Amino acid sequence: MPRTVLEPRFSVEYLSILDSDGNLDTSLEPEIPPETLRRLYRTMVLGRRLDERMLRLQRQGRIGTFAPIKGQEASQLGSACVLRPTDWMVPSFRETAAMVWRGWPIEKILLFFAGFLEGGQPAPGQPDLPITIPVATQLPHAVGLAYAARYRGDDVVVMAFFGDGATSEGDFHEALNFAGVWHVPVVFVCQNNQWAISVPLKKQTHSRTLAQKALAYGIPGLQVDGNDVLAVYAASREAVERARGGGGPSMIECVTYRLAMHTTADDPSKYRSEDEVREWERKDPVTRFRSYLEKKNLLEDGVEAWADGEIAAAVQRFEALAVADPLTMFDHVFAEPPPHLLAQRADLAARLQAAPPDGRAPSGAPPAPTPMRGQRVGRP
Amino acid sequence: MVRALNLALREEMERDPDVLVIGEDVGVDGGVFRVTDDLQRRFGSRRVIDSPLAEAAIIGTSVGMALYGLKPVCEIQFSGFGFQGFHQIENHVARYRTRSQGRFHCQMVIRMPYGGGVRALEHHTESEEQFYAHIPGLKMVIPSGPRNARALLAAAIRDPDPVVFFEAKALYHAGKEEVPEASETLPLGRARLVREGRDLTLVAYGAMVRVAGEAAEVLAAEDRVECEVIDLLTLSPLDRETLAASVRKTGRAVIVHEAPRSFGPGAEIAASIMESAFLSLEAPIRRVTGYDVAFVGFAREKANVPDVGRVVAAARETLAF
Repeated sequence: MPRTVLEPRFSVEYLSILDSDGNLDTSLEPEIPPETLRRLYRTMVLGRRLDERMLRLQRQGRIGTFAPIKGQEASQLGSACVLRPTDWMVPSFRETAAMVWRGWPIEKILLFFAGFLEGGQPAPGQPDLPITIPVATQLPHAVGLAYAARYRGDDVVVMAFFGDGATSEGDFHEALNFAGVWHVPVVFVCQNNQWAISVPLKKQTHSRTLAQKALAYGIPGLQVDGNDVLAVYAASREAVERARGGGGPSMIECVTYRLAMHTTADDPSKYRSEDEVREWERKDPVTRFRSYLEKKNLLEDGVEAWADGEIAAAVQRFEALAVADPLTMFDHVFAEPPPHLLAQRADLAARLQAAPPDGRAPSGAPPAPTPMRGQRVGRP
Repeated sequence: MVRALNLALREEMERDPDVLVIGEDVGVDGGVFRVTDDLQRRFGSRRVIDSPLAEAAIIGTSVGMALYGLKPVCEIQFSGFGFQGFHQIENHVARYRTRSQGRFHCQMVIRMPYGGGVRALEHHTESEEQFYAHIPGLKMVIPSGPRNARALLAAAIRDPDPVVFFEAKALYHAGKEEVPEASETLPLGRARLVREGRDLTLVAYGAMVRVAGEAAEVLAAEDRVECEVIDLLTLSPLDRETLAASVRKTGRAVIVHEAPRSFGPGAEIAASIMESAFLSLEAPIRRVTGYDVAFVGFAREKANVPDVGRVVAAARETLAF
């Protein structure tokens, strides 16, 4: 019996609309309402400035370790912005700008990274999951949400975010497999920022693209220029519309770059060259989008000052909220605390009464950095 | 017990359209132990889901369904395979209420057959309840017979918190028990007094309840010793009050479980008794458990799983102290 071809050789498309030199492919240019374009730019700038502000807050010891988004504004906003408010967003831990777009108050994000669980609480009715830290483990949740929405007959699409490193995790493959078999309305958005802490993409996978991994599960996979907000928008709109129309899940690989460190506990100079970073700085998604808006006469004045004002006000609100009542740690373990938890709560209450702690972040000397995945603890 | 569990699932699915069943072979096949038999025919393949073979995604997608407001009951075919989904349980199932500060919670049940007694291979005979009982935010329930299995499974499905529900394989087809016509529930976190006594407290759960009960019979007949037998039913949260009240009366306790001894449930139960009834104790608390070996293979299983003889011997040593 001869060998026969069951599947024709697959192909993976790459989409770019606005390149780093500002050249625009008008035949592919998506129609985006001017107000959306302005809001996108405002949020990109806000995301960038917030990143910088958070870095200072972290260095001052006012928040703990966090994962900067610098360079990835287009890939997370071009995708999240096509969702309706009633759609669901499932973030990992590097989607600050997308979370702001989805209505997370900045002070909540700051609370989260300052070690306050209150920062993980979405507003009542807000269809967003909180930040998930274990890599790729949020992806099956997205599939379950989509299954449930379809089970209930709701017109809902779920968008889930993850990075290049996540594509090595079992949960990524299981989630894509389940999504394919169940044909549920999920859009998997991979922010391929080239580095999983110190491990470059070429050591993460032997595949030419990450998008092609979706094809093995019978799911469309598309690679886009993740620093081109127009390309990310076009690809995401196509995928979300397909999901909404009953066409099942998709995966989008946004080829982008993490311009900053993995987290504030990481030192990228140990594993990558300045030249590489310079090269990607040239492809900066924010400046590229800015020149596009300029040409369209849609650029507003004072966006940076507006963003700084929003952030400053949020930092003030954050500082007012950042007061820990340790007793609340018992509030949300179970719906009703069982006797042993009540006893432990009473024990802590008695201790607090004897010696009340100062719940505020200490001033003066910054506290020891929060250990997190990727940190080299005890490095001289 | 298989039929009782099946009945509970059917009743809860009839009662609440948000209850779904998901797992490997739970649909057409009705589960490898037939606990989900006939449910797919009755409720359709969207409510009784034959999932791909992946424990992490069975549990992980159930998390998503629960966050949306459904009440999935997932089946892990054997508790030995629970570890392939353990990170989803520890990282998410147990924590979503805390992480979201009450905005979300996982009302879901994870059923797993556990324990020895069915001449099965590695990963099909172990007892892993201690891993789940240790996790804050999770409830750990282990029925000991048809009637309480049906009532506890119904209660677990209705409970707003996630429940890991262990079913002793040795009990699946062991013995018959009348169950009432109408659906019933038992409160989670409450132990059951199987037998009253004043001389010694035997603490057990799951398949070991029968072993403890038979040991109590032997001790009553041969030693004129009256054992109190406590069936925990819920391992976590532990019914510490019932344990304390019993040992305050008897002054002696022997704990029986299949799981390996070190850092096992017996350690927590003993510590709890020490904290609440130390001055009543007449003898050290003893544990009759599986040995601290990785696994034994069913050819040697009898030597590892506690039996009546070992429980009686431990009770006699405790009484003679």
